[in-house]
Amino acid sequence: MRTLSVLRTQAFRIVFVYVAVFALSVSALLAFTYWNTERALDAQTDQIIDAEITGLAEQYQRLGLRGLAEVVMSRSAHGGPGLYLLLDRAKQPIAGNLDGMPQKMKGQGPEVEFDYERKAEGQLQRRRARGRVFQLLGGFQLLVAQDVHERFLTEKLFSTTLPWTVVLMLLLGLIGGGLMSRNMLRRLDQINRTAGEIVAGDLTRRVPVSRAHDEFDTLAESLNRMLDRIERLMGGVREVTDSVAHDLRTPLNRLRNRLEDTLRHLDPDGREAGEIEAAMRETDQIITTFNALLLIAQADAGVMRGAVSLIDLAPITDDVAELYSPLAEEKGVSLEIKPAGATMIEGNRSLISQALANLIDNAIKYTPEGGHITVWPAVTPQGVDLIVADTGPGIPREDRVRVVERFVRLEASRNSPGTGLGLSLVAAVASLHGAQLLLEDNHPGLKAIIRFRRPPLPGRSPQRR
Amino acid sequence: MRILVIEDDLEAQRYLVNGLKEAGHVVDDAADGDTGLTLALSRPYDVAIVDRMLPKMDGLDVVSEMREHSNATPVLFLSALSDVDDRVKGLKAGGDDYLTKPYAFVELLARIDALMRRRSPSSVKTRLQVGDLELDLLTRAAKRNGTAIDLQPREFRLLEYLMRHAGQVVTRTMLLESVWEYHFDPQTNVIDVHISRLRAKIDKGFELPLLHTVRGAGYMIRAHA
Repeated sequence: MRTLSVLRTQAFRIVFVYVAVFALSVSALLAFTYWNTERALDAQTDQIIDAEITGLAEQYQRLGLRGLAEVVMSRSAHGGPGLYLLLDRAKQPIAGNLDGMPQKMKGQGPEVEFDYERKAEGQLQRRRARGRVFQLLGGFQLLVAQDVHERFLTEKLFSTTLPWTVVLMLLLGLIGGGLMSRNMLRRLDQINRTAGEIVAGDLTRRVPVSRAHDEFDTLAESLNRMLDRIERLMGGVREVTDSVAHDLRTPLNRLRNRLEDTLRHLDPDGREAGEIEAAMRETDQIITTFNALLLIAQADAGVMRGAVSLIDLAPITDDVAELYSPLAEEKGVSLEIKPAGATMIEGNRSLISQALANLIDNAIKYTPEGGHITVWPAVTPQGVDLIVADTGPGIPREDRVRVVERFVRLEASRNSPGTGLGLSLVAAVASLHGAQLLLEDNHPGLKAIIRFRRPPLPGRSPQRR
Repeated sequence: MRILVIEDDLEAQRYLVNGLKEAGHVVDDAADGDTGLTLALSRPYDVAIVDRMLPKMDGLDVVSEMREHSNATPVLFLSALSDVDDRVKGLKAGGDDYLTKPYAFVELLARIDALMRRRSPSSVKTRLQVGDLELDLLTRAAKRNGTAIDLQPREFRLLEYLMRHAGQVVTRTMLLESVWEYHFDPQTNVIDVHISRLRAKIDKGFELPLLHTVRGAGYMIRAHA
């Protein structure tokens, strides 16, 4: 798990790619140098061979075949790097220090390379040579060559060492990258963990700053400054919503009191009483809308009011569905609860009940007589889905995003009562729980899902501020 | 009944006091926490209505002080803060009920009535009776005129709450709070449907209805029309 995440970091990739490119260029450079050196060495050898041939050609012209054979014999006796062989028409050696014409000769152009055997330090050695073959008049052949075994050994050594060098470099790069990314990952992990805790609601957490004064500390410091500011702003939002609530509810309270007081002194069956009652209903509607807006505003600001605890969605679903089942029955709609296993989440019972009540209320409102509503919490690999599915008209795909927005009511429902905040409120409650409200097609009907993610296992941070 | 009102919004206080007086109560008022606490500790009251945010001394502190002086007067908090934890704080400080502003006056009256009744030790009863309707809290059986009535668990709790407050107005919000333990407005009047089902079980086929609708307020169970 740990190594996998180390291998997947940017730092590791950068180091690894760098080392790979480095290894590649070093090998290319070495190969080029080697090739150049070899060429120079070969040229040198070829020059020597040229000189020898020129010398031998002179002897041949002056003294004929016999003279050439003598010179070849005397030169062969030297025991140096020079190799000679003179063959007659029947390809039988006349003179030279080679046993016969080598079987295999490689190479293009006048120069060829071949292997030969020579006795050295009492042992027969297979060595590499480079030379040229001449056709002489009368069907004779002359081979003049130089021993290049040292060069050949170097070449062999080089071609076996180079791949290993590359492998070693890549291996070192792998280790270096791993170490570097582990170090960076540790620092990033601290930042990630802090961010996670803040998202979970603890605004007092800060990224730990080390004494190294490196770029991570600079990042941590500016993140912490940002967090200080966010914390102040959040505190502000809390205060503002509180005082807005207070400042708006106080006059609304007086308004309602006044209306009630007036109503008490009127003839309950008179026309005025009816008007006052209607005004009171409007006031109550304003209050309902205001309460919903306040909750949405708090949710948008991420201000969770009320206690959060580990709760089971199954009994909550049962209770809310039970509250609404007579209403559904009266409308001729069946309301079914599917049983579920353990559906534990971190949440606030009251808010989730309210959100579920809104979804079921909507479903009953829009499902025609004879329709079905199914409510169930479902355990998913990621967490728990709280689902309300109906067989009503549903919501067209293009409107599904829009209906969650504030005050949006589709043309079709314009005439039924409601604040137009129902689904926004559900979405707000969902977002307070780090959950998501999804609207899907139920074929036919609407399938509303509140998707709760399983709470992450409580990770202990090694460093507490 | 003697009622103490501690409320700093003078206009709201005036309406509250007038309304309570018209309902036949004797009312004292205070506009700040200090005065309110002094009054609460010096005279006996049947109920105190306390605003949560008060000058000089916060409503929560007033009630905590009262409880520390072993003053057991039932307290109803009024507050412009509606959150569940504000409610919890109010009840923890020693409040007996919590009403969010703006409230309906009938709601307030119904709650005060319930609070005043609570003082009489009726909660130890194991049987409740209204007219010929009987409820056995131990066997959880309901009978009317000797005939057993089959009730769902929630219907039983609903009837129990109504019968414990027999002769008093019980609002929809009170039912939602005490029978279902929900503190939000369910928009559609789901409670009415539950009541009409209960009514069908206990009143259908009997000449004298027991469960009555109180217009503009809520419901009441009583033996006489």
